[in-house]
Amino acid sequence: MSSPAVLDISGLCVDYGLGDSAVHAVRDVSLTLHRGEVLGLAGESGSGKSTLAYGVTRLLSPPGVITGGSVRYHPRAGGSSDILDLEPDQLRAFRWQEISLVFQGAMNSLNPVHTVRTQLTDVLQAHRPGMSRAERTARAEELLSLVGISSDRLASYPHQLSGGMRQRVMIAMALALDPEIVILDEPTTALDVVMQRQILRQLTRLRRELDFSVVFITHDISLLIEFSDRIAIMYGGRIVEEANAKDIYETALHPYSDGLLHSFPALHGPRRELTGIPGSPPDLKAMPAGCAFHPRCPKAFEPCERRVPELLPLTRAGGDTPPPGGADRTVACWLHADH
Amino acid sequence: MPEKPDAPRDAPRPDVVLEARDLSKHFRVRRTLRSIAERDRPVVHAVDDVSLRLRRGTVTAVVGESGSGKSTIARLLAQLYPATSGELRLSGKPVRAARGKSFRAYCRQVQLIFQDPFGSLNPTHTVRYHLTRALRIHGRAGRTAAELEQALTELLGRVHLTPPDRYVDKFPHELSGGQRQRVAIARAMAADPKVLLADEPVSMLDVSIRLGILNLLRDLKERLNLAILYITHDIASARYFADETLVMYAGRMVEGGDSETVTQRPAHPYTQLLIGSAPDPDRITGAGEEPGAGDATEGGEAGGEPPSLISPPPGCRFHPRCPMAMARCRTDVPPRFDLADGQWAACWLYDGTTEERPAPQEAPA
Repeated sequence: MSSPAVLDISGLCVDYGLGDSAVHAVRDVSLTLHRGEVLGLAGESGSGKSTLAYGVTRLLSPPGVITGGSVRYHPRAGGSSDILDLEPDQLRAFRWQEISLVFQGAMNSLNPVHTVRTQLTDVLQAHRPGMSRAERTARAEELLSLVGISSDRLASYPHQLSGGMRQRVMIAMALALDPEIVILDEPTTALDVVMQRQILRQLTRLRRELDFSVVFITHDISLLIEFSDRIAIMYGGRIVEEANAKDIYETALHPYSDGLLHSFPALHGPRRELTGIPGSPPDLKAMPAGCAFHPRCPKAFEPCERRVPELLPLTRAGGDTPPPGGADRTVACWLHADH
Repeated sequence: MPEKPDAPRDAPRPDVVLEARDLSKHFRVRRTLRSIAERDRPVVHAVDDVSLRLRRGTVTAVVGESGSGKSTIARLLAQLYPATSGELRLSGKPVRAARGKSFRAYCRQVQLIFQDPFGSLNPTHTVRYHLTRALRIHGRAGRTAAELEQALTELLGRVHLTPPDRYVDKFPHELSGGQRQRVAIARAMAADPKVLLADEPVSMLDVSIRLGILNLLRDLKERLNLAILYITHDIASARYFADETLVMYAGRMVEGGDSETVTQRPAHPYTQLLIGSAPDPDRITGAGEEPGAGDATEGGEAGGEPPSLISPPPGCRFHPRCPMAMARCRTDVPPRFDLADGQWAACWLYDGTTEERPAPQEAPA
């Protein structure tokens, strides 16, 4: 990856609750988002992918607490700051301006009793106090046209819009202040596939035009492979594998990534018998010792249940032929560690 | 193969368990002042003229977007809603059982599984209660406690919740989503039905365990010779799981046939759009750069949204979005046209006069 980093997460830990009863939802996660890239974050429910997004933007509501790590933001102008150290007023200016978020179930995040105009201009009013009313309306119209909605929809209430349009209004709102990073948390889960593809196409185009970076969170790994540059796969609060989308698809190294890829029936090619992954996702309150995946792992062997494998770059891939993208990928699995 | 689908109607094959003929369901909507003034009785055309057959030992999938009426079909077949018009036949005999004894007799043969295993089990009762109740209602609990216990063990074994004693006294909140859905399936199996209607049975589950549930249903189908209706929005899973696939759009069936044929050589423009939109990792674009190239044209054509079902468009309901719409599509409802290999499509493109079949769209590269 040649482009510079825009967001550097290192060793981030997020707990829900305090003391012994705390649930460790995100454990020691390190990730780098490069400028202009789409980073996909895949995992099942409870894997900590949404918690990670909320942690990074410091939107966790109690009992969620960040217990360690740092999140360094590198603006285009140079310099860098740790988001976790920002004071409340700095944080308020930072959010939306630098990082914006499209929430899970975004279709329902619009306020039903206000028009689209009120909700779009509200952002501008809060963050750009100097703008006149006419300027704000003009910007709101521009934003709507950006996502392909005609500007006469400004006067509509959310219930007058279809699900896809509401989702696009949310995306327009996220782009209102030209952020550097947009985090999309399951942006299309509630939509039909046809609408999903339209919206993702639009996002791809906008990203090229407006040059922002994207963190794309979803459980649908086949969608991620198609739309992201790099993919990080989470399981039980940790990242178990990170690599280029193509490399993950062609040679998933972690047995969980492999299992996840084989949980989606293909639409083309030969019809294969698929099994999914046996067992259930782990209970965060009672995580298995060692690698969290070992009770479900078909390839588990002796060290797996004792020690947690570290997320290591794949420099020396054992004795056999190194998998593609070797230098550029990391995996947390004893199968791929030299011991 | 030019034989009309109406022809074999009167001689249904013996393996057809449940058959729907021209089933329609309209829901009344609240009248506005204007509609009262205009003496209009607005209805939502949720399902119109749907015919389908469920055969023993066969999985039939109904694929459609939300709002296409696919769940309404499941509820019509389960007789939870009375049909507005049309006929339902169970083992060849017309049935209409809305309540009481006849409804219970119907339920014994046709069982429904819901999408949400979190909502379909009572949180205040154990697995034992749920299953015992179903067994009692359908008269399969046996006479003694030992017989009941045996029936419970057998049911849990069927859905692979073994050893049974580990699960039988659990409350729903103590089970994972997949286990809960297995309990819901066991409860449906307690009636020893002939037909299982599964309304999005895996959509709420974690992706890694979805296939486990589908494989379980397939296993039940094979061992018990069940007829299964699989309702889904995911056409790839229909290809994986179902023998036969029907595609619905805006309350009407638009295409049907063998799952492999429908997904590999979709005939109806809507099915082609659906398949072209499904995520496909093989269409790797490296950073999603590539799809942008075609989005101006393709996205524009394929754009639009499903129509209002209160005043659906005349003619083919897909015509406002269809890239191949002709004048006729705007006025006349297309009937089913039979194609090769048992596939059919309700689309004027396949009208007998045009002999040659338009090349089905390959997956857009």
